[in-house]
Amino acid sequence: MPKTDKNGLLKQEKQSSKTLLASLISIFIGLIVGAIVVWVVGAVTPEITAKGTSDGIKLILFGLFNTGRNASGALTFGFNAVNIGNMLFRATPIILTGLSVAIANQTGLFNIGAPGQYLIGTCVSLYLALSIPSDKVHPVLIWLIAFVAAMAAGALWGAIPGALKAFLNMNEVIACIMCNWIAANVVTWIFDESNLKNTTEGTKTAYIYKTTYNNVATGKMGLDKIFPGSQVNGGFFIAVLFCIIMWVIMSKTTFGYQLKACGSNRHAAKYAGIADKRNIVLSMAIAGALSSAAGALYYLAGNTEFFWSTYQSLPAAGFTGIAVALLAVNNPLGVIFSGSFMSMLTVCGTQLTYMTPFNEYITDVIIAVIVYISAFSLIIKMLLNKRKEKQYDKRDGGELITPEKAQDEPAEAAGKEA
Amino acid sequence: MSFLIRQTLMFAIPLMIVALAGVFAERSGIINLALEGTMIFGAFMGVVFCRLLQKKGLFETARAANNWQALQGYLLLALLFVALAGAVFSLLLALAAINFSANQTIVGTAMNMLAPALVLFLVRIIAHQNALGLLNGGSATFFMIKKANLGIESEGFLVETFINKAYLTTYFCILVFVILSVILYKTKFGLRLRACGENPQAAASLGINVYKMRYIGTMISGALAGIGGFVFSVTSANTTSNGEVAGMGFLALAVMIFGNWKPLNIALDAMLFGLFKCIGASYATLDINGDGIFKLAEIGISPYFYRLLPYLITLIVLMLTSKSSRAPKAEGQPYDKGMR
Repeated sequence: MPKTDKNGLLKQEKQSSKTLLASLISIFIGLIVGAIVVWVVGAVTPEITAKGTSDGIKLILFGLFNTGRNASGALTFGFNAVNIGNMLFRATPIILTGLSVAIANQTGLFNIGAPGQYLIGTCVSLYLALSIPSDKVHPVLIWLIAFVAAMAAGALWGAIPGALKAFLNMNEVIACIMCNWIAANVVTWIFDESNLKNTTEGTKTAYIYKTTYNNVATGKMGLDKIFPGSQVNGGFFIAVLFCIIMWVIMSKTTFGYQLKACGSNRHAAKYAGIADKRNIVLSMAIAGALSSAAGALYYLAGNTEFFWSTYQSLPAAGFTGIAVALLAVNNPLGVIFSGSFMSMLTVCGTQLTYMTPFNEYITDVIIAVIVYISAFSLIIKMLLNKRKEKQYDKRDGGELITPEKAQDEPAEAAGKEA
Repeated sequence: MSFLIRQTLMFAIPLMIVALAGVFAERSGIINLALEGTMIFGAFMGVVFCRLLQKKGLFETARAANNWQALQGYLLLALLFVALAGAVFSLLLALAAINFSANQTIVGTAMNMLAPALVLFLVRIIAHQNALGLLNGGSATFFMIKKANLGIESEGFLVETFINKAYLTTYFCILVFVILSVILYKTKFGLRLRACGENPQAAASLGINVYKMRYIGTMISGALAGIGGFVFSVTSANTTSNGEVAGMGFLALAVMIFGNWKPLNIALDAMLFGLFKCIGASYATLDINGDGIFKLAEIGISPYFYRLLPYLITLIVLMLTSKSSRAPKAEGQPYDKGMR
């Protein structure tokens, strides 16, 4: 038990601070790469001025606090309520998809099916929110029905690859990828046949109505007072609540322990009397429900429109969830922060589109680099450990240079001797 | 019928070559989930290369002189260029997976995110919109082989199907596919590569450099995926790059598993999937026996049903075969010298 074992606990704390450091290093490298890309592109493109390039780099780093330009055309920075509110609004879905991927990861499953589950949640919630008549049923009740039904549908959708993995031993990554594309086509099919397509605004093709068309929208819960003019709503609190609930379940209950045990060693868990197949299906169902909740919360907000002809592309929120989970090292509470950080990058990206010759796709480049670097987290942690050991050696006064070490760092050892 | 076969080949050829890309990586022990991303990157680099040649006026001069051989030469040059680009892009995977024992699934996912993001970022800056095409004209203008080019007058079935309105890329890919399959199965090099994917420690004990073999496997994989992406762009997207290849990379992954990591099975499965993709893309104008009746359109099922069919069938087939499927034993496992 970690609580009684003081040394164990200390070790754990040290390990988690190293994990945090590793995440910060990935962020740092991601931002640097983003800045380098902007710099190089700015340097080789004749139409982009040096000022445009430097503005681009500034916005990547501090775009959240950008308040426009002053009279002389220079960027100004300060508290920007709209940007921060929008950041929280956009963080809501990716915190939940991140949570979904994190829970699946904790149970040893790679939930690359988050985009598909997100689409299923979007579809079910929008369909119900728009087709239940709001003059007969109270809008709040419609909201609740839509949200719960979306989560239930997502749980079922997520359980499919889970069941395939548990009972047929199919690779869940492939099963999830196929489910994603099936979901993309099914959702497009459903809306293509529905009468929810936005026909009143003639210029819009392939969008369906906003939920406000049927008077359904997520409550603001006072957040519109703090961040006036932004899209933020109470959905953020719901996402945070889910994170806390999942943290309690995963780290404080027997059920959570069973899920994690199946993840670390399925056969050992089975030997210990845990129903491994049931648990694999359940953890994918939970992950599916969470990703669906993400889609539902984003579109039930009422101020977002859904592009229904989505059969050729998958929603980015699903894939960003993978980045959010990896950056938070699968910690359910950590995803709140990593999700907010990723959505800050998105806000910076939109600033970049409006204010400079660059565009918002640099955000996705940065996120991709962060995911790439977090695949190295093991190496980074090992390097950090190595450095710590060296520091301890110095503090003890004596330098233990084993033959191995001397071979590893001949130059350094030589320098110290001299 | 000619139309059906031509359309099927249009999807089947990239699927086949990209599935072979997957085989080369996995046979050497590296899971290459980044096939989709590499295809997107390859398509972009190919379009950029063609635009560069166009800027020098090469395409227009050749077309004005009716010198179609030169245009096919430029296409071949572009294919070589994208192969190189794909191989370089796959170094990201090779470096992470081979030298740093990183999680290959995550690295692959990251590359699948990176390629469309980078491509769209650059496309927007170059073209100020979300798609980058040739400076003028398209695939049909420059690359399509017409029977008149070859001086053939006949309207026979074979001519209509395989020569008229065909692309050189189709035959290039088939040739590359055959050569590489033979290399993988009939040469010493192929045997060594496969050994690294089955039991790298045993391979190393016989003096094979596992790191080198895995680098070669991954880079061949990247080169093939890059070619596949550009071929897909030329034959079915009018030589444009818009940051996506319609999920072909993932489908190729399924073809690879479905084909049990064996080239001949993969070629057949690619044809099957190509057929389904073709039905999904052009079911409304598909006239199977040439009597002017579009049977599939008349049934009145939503087009999205046909579009999801390849993925659904993949899932069902994998369901039936997953117990007997045999992946390379050491795929996805970082090579650890000390585990001998």
